Amino acid sequence: MAMTDPSSSGRFGDFGGMFVPETLVPACQELDKAFREAWADEAFRAELHRLLTDYAGRPSPVTVCDNLSEELGCQVLLKREDLNHTGSHKINNVLGQALLAKRMGKTKLVAETGAGQHGVATATAAALFGMDCVVYMGTVDIERQKLNVFRMKLLGAEVRAAESGSQTLKDAVNEAMRHWVAVVESTHYCLGSVMGPHPYPWMVREFHRVIGDEARAQCQALLGGVPDVVVACVGGGSNAAGIFSGFADTDALLVGAEPAGGAAVGRAVPGIVHGSFSYLMQDEWGQVLEAESISAGLDYPGIGPEHAHLAAIGRARYEPVTDAEVIEAFQLLSRTEGIIPALESAHGLAWISRAREELAGKTVLLNLSGRGDKDVGQMMDILG
Amino acid sequence: MSGALESALRARRESGGKCLVPYLTGGLGDDWLETMQAVAAAGADAIEIGIPFSDPVMDGPTIQLANDRALEAGASPQSILDRVRGADIGVPTAVMTYGNIAYRMGWDRFANTLADAGVSGCILPDIPLEESGAWTAAADQAGIETVLLAAPTAPDERLPRICERSHGFVYAVGLLGITGVRAELADSAKVIAARVKHVTDKPVLVGVGVGTPSQAVEVSEVADGVVVGSAIVQRMLDGGGPEGVAELVAEFRAALDA
Repeated sequence: MAMTDPSSSGRFGDFGGMFVPETLVPACQELDKAFREAWADEAFRAELHRLLTDYAGRPSPVTVCDNLSEELGCQVLLKREDLNHTGSHKINNVLGQALLAKRMGKTKLVAETGAGQHGVATATAAALFGMDCVVYMGTVDIERQKLNVFRMKLLGAEVRAAESGSQTLKDAVNEAMRHWVAVVESTHYCLGSVMGPHPYPWMVREFHRVIGDEARAQCQALLGGVPDVVVACVGGGSNAAGIFSGFADTDALLVGAEPAGGAAVGRAVPGIVHGSFSYLMQDEWGQVLEAESISAGLDYPGIGPEHAHLAAIGRARYEPVTDAEVIEAFQLLSRTEGIIPALESAHGLAWISRAREELAGKTVLLNLSGRGDKDVGQMMDILG
Repeated sequence: MSGALESALRARRESGGKCLVPYLTGGLGDDWLETMQAVAAAGADAIEIGIPFSDPVMDGPTIQLANDRALEAGASPQSILDRVRGADIGVPTAVMTYGNIAYRMGWDRFANTLADAGVSGCILPDIPLEESGAWTAAADQAGIETVLLAAPTAPDERLPRICERSHGFVYAVGLLGITGVRAELADSAKVIAARVKHVTDKPVLVGVGVGTPSQAVEVSEVADGVVVGSAIVQRMLDGGGPEGVAELVAEFRAALDA
């Protein structure tokens, strides 16, 4: 079962759709049309490929982790998205969206960010394309990700605090949408995950498909086939969607690691927020609950609708991991392989570590979605 | 389908007047229900009852704050509608909330709960035309008038489809942006009102960015009336109470009648 295009109403199975205020409907429809045209245009694809190669540093390598494999009893391979320019997979999507925005005649970008990785990536693309950029970030996240706030400012972006609600990623999305409603004619909303209204979940997955396509070929060369298991962390789910899309039509087991405090699939209650119908952490009345995670990038109560679909049809598994397991995994990869992972990416490794008995003797591909430089200060406080 | 909401607004228009629909946040303060009754007595033609939602993306800081306060005080869709059910507010009402509140209760059950509470209409601003089928089927069945929004960004071909599906009135969005009081009426307000009036005979009310009596008068030169939210809710937040809020509504009424 491949990860195919959504239906004409923007649905993956039952999930997805375009649940936005009327003011934004024409903009989403226009974006859908523009993306379809661009994605079918060889020149657009070539220009994006050139940027991904010459600017972002693709393809990212796959690293076979001998030390870690010995410790865990399964063969672990890492897809090294941490080595991309700006330090995470997020650059794939923002280069695609910024190029599309330019093609659509938009001169400004607005984005939300959690850990700051998507904000930094968007600010980077805005600098490269000469566009104005506003990034909304929760007050709590601004505090715990100061380095990325400074990076965004250095890149010329304006960082605005989202002070409502839990003051994290969920609220940054609210503020970015409110901003977009007022400036929709000049501004492209550069959404950072496979969530939001159609066409975002599909478009963002397509811009990250390069991760899965590369990894598929690299695994073929390294393993002579596909790995037994493909693992990625899931907040909204963009890096997971990217790597899963390269393996969805194989026999590989697909596993998404969710933070235990933000496990939207684990709770499996459907709902409507931020433009789509998907699984959502909420109370009995439909009020959205606040996710809690050590990792700002996964601190989100929802999940992209295609992941809800993959879970519902049983094509992918979603496993919650605890902050304590993540802290262990963060240290494990640093110690065994000399690679400091982003706290988000450490969720995937935390699951592998916990499931090592089930995985014994298997080949496991982990999408190392980002590097841990941004998290070193926070971990220094935690580990003393 | 024409219900009590549309009938009341048409009656106002046919008598040569302009419609005034204040929005009040349900569950905000202990006297929100009395405030609605006072507002009805002060000249409102209908009242929008806000059911608070944790993530109101169409709303600005005033209504966000009102939502948060009501939720902190324990307001739920059920507790608000339970109180509305037992009360005679005096004019037709429409609930305004977000899609997930209705979806979580179940489209049918939510529609029936509104009908049981004596509510006439419902506005779900994040359920646009294309996504409205499941809700409107339930609402039509329960006799609830679903009010749809028409925004300045809509192409001409879209407006007739919105007006066709909207019941009660057509909610013309006065500007590109979220709810909140502005110093001036946006140029877009009269433009969208005229565009919508051009394609429908249903009452056309402008909301979002209509915050003063003079702005209400100005836009009603074209529109059939106004929805006033943040200005009213701010008075509630300021502790205006039934008298204070009704006083403000009376100012809007007097200006529109002058």
